[in-house]
Amino acid sequence: MKICVLVKEVPDAAVEKRINPSTGRMDRGGERNLNPYDTHAIEAAMQVKEGGAVDVEEIIAVTMGPSTAVRALHKAVSLGADRSVHLSDDALAGSDVVATGYALAKVLERESPDLVLLGQQSDDGECYTIGAVVADYLRMPSLTQVIKMDVTPGSLRCERQAEYGYDTVEIELPAVISVGDAINEPRYPSLKAIMGAKKKPLDAVGIGDVGLEADRVGEAGSKVVCGDFKAPPQKAAGEIIEDEDTNETVEKIIAWLDERKLLA
Amino acid sequence: MATQQTPLGLLATDSLLSSEDRDMRDTVRKALDRSVRPHLAEWFEAGSVPARELMRQFGDLGLLGMHLDGYGCAGTSATAYGLACMELEAADSGIRSLVSVQGSLAMFAIWRWGSEDQKLQWLPQMAAGELIGCFGLTEPDFGSNPGGMRTFARRDGDDWVLNGTKMWITNGSVADVAIVWAATDDGIRGFIVPTDAPGFSAPGIKGKLSLRASVTSELVFDDVRLPSSALLPEARGLSGPLSCLNEARFGIAFGALGAARDCLEVTIAYVGDRQMFDRPLAAYQITQTKLADMTVELGKGMLLALHLGRLKDAHAVRPEQISIGKLNNTREAIAIARECRTLLGANGITLAYSVMRHANNLESVLTYEGTSEVHQLVIGQALTGISAFR
Ligand SMILES: Cc1cc2nc3c(=O)[nH]c(=O)nc-3n(C[C@H](O)[C@H](O)[C@H](O)COP(=O)(O)OP(=O)(O)OC[C@H]3O[C@@H](n4cnc5c(N)ncnc54)[C@H](O)[C@@H]3O)c2cc1C
Ligand SMILES: Cc1cc2nc3c(=O)[nH]c(=O)nc-3n(C[C@H](O)[C@H](O)[C@H](O)COP(=O)(O)OP(=O)(O)OC[C@H]3O[C@@H](n4cnc5c(N)ncnc54)[C@H](O)[C@@H]3O)c2cc1C
Repeated sequence: MKICVLVKEVPDAAVEKRINPSTGRMDRGGERNLNPYDTHAIEAAMQVKEGGAVDVEEIIAVTMGPSTAVRALHKAVSLGADRSVHLSDDALAGSDVVATGYALAKVLERESPDLVLLGQQSDDGECYTIGAVVADYLRMPSLTQVIKMDVTPGSLRCERQAEYGYDTVEIELPAVISVGDAINEPRYPSLKAIMGAKKKPLDAVGIGDVGLEADRVGEAGSKVVCGDFKAPPQKAAGEIIEDEDTNETVEKIIAWLDERKLLA
Repeated sequence: MATQQTPLGLLATDSLLSSEDRDMRDTVRKALDRSVRPHLAEWFEAGSVPARELMRQFGDLGLLGMHLDGYGCAGTSATAYGLACMELEAADSGIRSLVSVQGSLAMFAIWRWGSEDQKLQWLPQMAAGELIGCFGLTEPDFGSNPGGMRTFARRDGDDWVLNGTKMWITNGSVADVAIVWAATDDGIRGFIVPTDAPGFSAPGIKGKLSLRASVTSELVFDDVRLPSSALLPEARGLSGPLSCLNEARFGIAFGALGAARDCLEVTIAYVGDRQMFDRPLAAYQITQTKLADMTVELGKGMLLALHLGRLKDAHAVRPEQISIGKLNNTREAIAIARECRTLLGANGITLAYSVMRHANNLESVLTYEGTSEVHQLVIGQALTGISAFR
C-alpha cells in the first residue's frame, strides 16, 4: 500500500500573520516551518506502516508551494516519509482553495495512492477544506477530523470527532483522510534522520509534468476575490483571579459566572 | 506593554544558523522538555539520575557522538553539537555532562585513537546508548597537572596490568567501559577497560553540592589485567587525552551559555510578575540594568561560541581559541546565574527555580575540563610564548 501525505510550508507559529492589503494575499515573510497540523498526518502514516496490519511500501510527502517549501519536505522526510514530491511553478501563485485542491489532486493522480492523509487545517490559510476538495477531484471518499484510524487491506475504520461525540465510520480505500490533532503525539525526528533528509529522493515537478491546465490554477484559475480586510476586534483583557485561598477563589469564579448568567 | 524579546532573540543569533542546525537544536529542546526538564529538581535533590534510561533515550535521538562520522553516529556539524550542548545544559549541566563524557570524551577517544576493530566493537553500541562510557584522566593528586599521574600499566607478556586510582570521574559507577589514561614505560597511553574486568571498582562520590544530577565516581584499579587489544594504538603522550578534552571544552563553551540563558529567561519572567512597592520588579532601573548587562554578556558569549563552531566546522580551530570560549563563557555564565539569583530573592535559593541549581552546577563546570586559571595560562602562553604552568 502507498500513502501520500499532503504537507504545507507555513509561517512559523511565532511570526505574526498579516494580509497584505494591496495584493489580498498573506504576507509570507519571516521564518517558515512545516505546518504543525501536518506532522500529525505524517505520524498517522508512520503508525499505519509500523502497525503491521497492512504492508506499507512507501510514504510520500507532497506539497505545492514556492522553492522554500523544500524545507517542509525535508522535515516531512526526517519524520519518516520515504520520499517527496514538490509541485512548484510561477503559474500556481495566487491559487485559491479550489485551484490548490485541483493542483494537488493532479500530483496525487500520478502517484495513485491507496490512502491520502492531510492535516485538519493549515496554520496560515486555515480553510479546513483542502481534503474535501482533493477528494472531490479524485472521486474518493473523504473524512475530516479523524482521531482514530484502523487500516485493513482495502478498508478503513475511523473515529471522527463530532460536536456530539464520535462517529465511527468504515470506508473503502482509496480515500482522503484529514486527521485531527488529537489523533497522536507526533514523534520528533532523530538527529540522524534530519541529517539524512536531504539524501532522500525529492521529485520537483512543474504544472506541465503533472498535466495541469494552466488556466485552472493561479490567480487566473481562482474565483475567490478578496475584497475588504478588517483586523479582528480587540478582545478585552481577561481578569486574573489569584488563587490565594481556594475556597475564596471558587466563590469569586462562581460570582463571576453568575453575574454573566452563565450558570444554569 | 510593548512586545517582549528573548535574550538571544534580541540579537537574532539564530540568523547565523543553518536551517538543519536549527532543526536539530529544536528537536533536542523538545525532547528535553518532554522527558527531562520536569524531573530535574527531583534528581538534583535526590542526588541521583536515571543515567541508563537517559542514555538510551539520547541514543535513540542520535545525540551520542553526534558530531562524529560513521559507526552509527549522526555526523552532524560541530556547531549542531554545540547547540545540542546548549540545550542540554539549559536543562542541567549534569545532563550535558552525561552526553559530553559519552560523546566527546569516551567515544571520541576510540573514534580518534582506536583501531578499526575497537571502533566496530564499541562505537555503534555507545552511539545507541546501549553502553555507557567514562573517561579517567584526573587522579586524587593530579588534576590540573595530569602529566604527573601515578596510575601505571605494566607490560606482562602480551597483557597489560593496571594499578592506580582515578578521581572525579563522571559516569564512573554506571559505565560499562572506561577510557583510562595511564603511565607506561613508553609514556602515557590510553586503554579501553571493560568495567566488569576483575580488579576494577568504581565507588560513587557522595556529598556533592554541585552537579548532583550526575554520577561522579572514583575508579580503582587493583591488578586489572587487560589484553593487548585494550590499548588505543594511535595515542601517545598527553596529546591523546588533551585532544578529547578539546572536544568536550568546545561543547562547554556552548553549554554554559545554555545554563545562563535558562537563568535569564526564568528571571525575566519572575521580575515581570513579582510586585515590589506596587510595581513589577521589572519596572525598576536597577533590575533593567542587571538584565541588560547579563543579556549583553550572553549575546557576546553566543557570538564567540558560534565563531568557534564555524572554525571547528572548517577544521581550523586551535586549542587556545577553545580556551577563550571555555574561559569566557563559563565565567560569564556563573556570573549571570548569581546575578539572577539576587533578583529572585529568597525564592532564588530553592529548587522551585532553576537558577541556584545552575549556579551550583557551574562551579563544577568552571573547574572541570581545565580550570579558568589553566585556560588563562594557555592563552597567556599563546600570547607570550612563555609557559607559566610550572
Ligand atoms: C486571506 C487569504 C490570503 C491568502 N494568501 C495567499 C498567498 O499569499 N499565497 C498563497 O499561495 N496562497 C494564499 N492563500 C490561499 C490559501 O493559502 C489556500 O487556500 C491554501 O493553499 C489551501 O488552503 P489552506 O491552506 O487553508 O488549507 P486547509 O484546508 O486549511 O489545509 C488542510 C491541509 O491541507 C494540506 N494542504 C494545504 N495546502 C497545501 C499545499 N499547498 N500543499 C500541500 N498540502 C496542502 C495540508 O495537509 C493542510 O494541513 C490565501 C488565502 C486566504 C483566505
Ligand atoms: C563534577 C566533576 C566531574 C568531573 N569529571 C571528570 C571526568 O569525567 N574525568 C576526569 O578525568 N576528570 C573529571 N573531573 C576532574 C576535573 O577535570 C578536575 O577537577 C580539574 O582538572 C581540576 O583539577 P583539581 O580538582 O585536582 O584541581 P587542582 O588542579 O588541585 O586545582 C586547584 C586550584 O589550583 C589552580 N591551579 C592549578 N594549576 C595552577 C598553576 N599552574 N598556576 C596557578 N594556579 C593553578 C587551579 O586553577 C585551581 O584553582 C571532574 C570534576 C568535577 C568537579
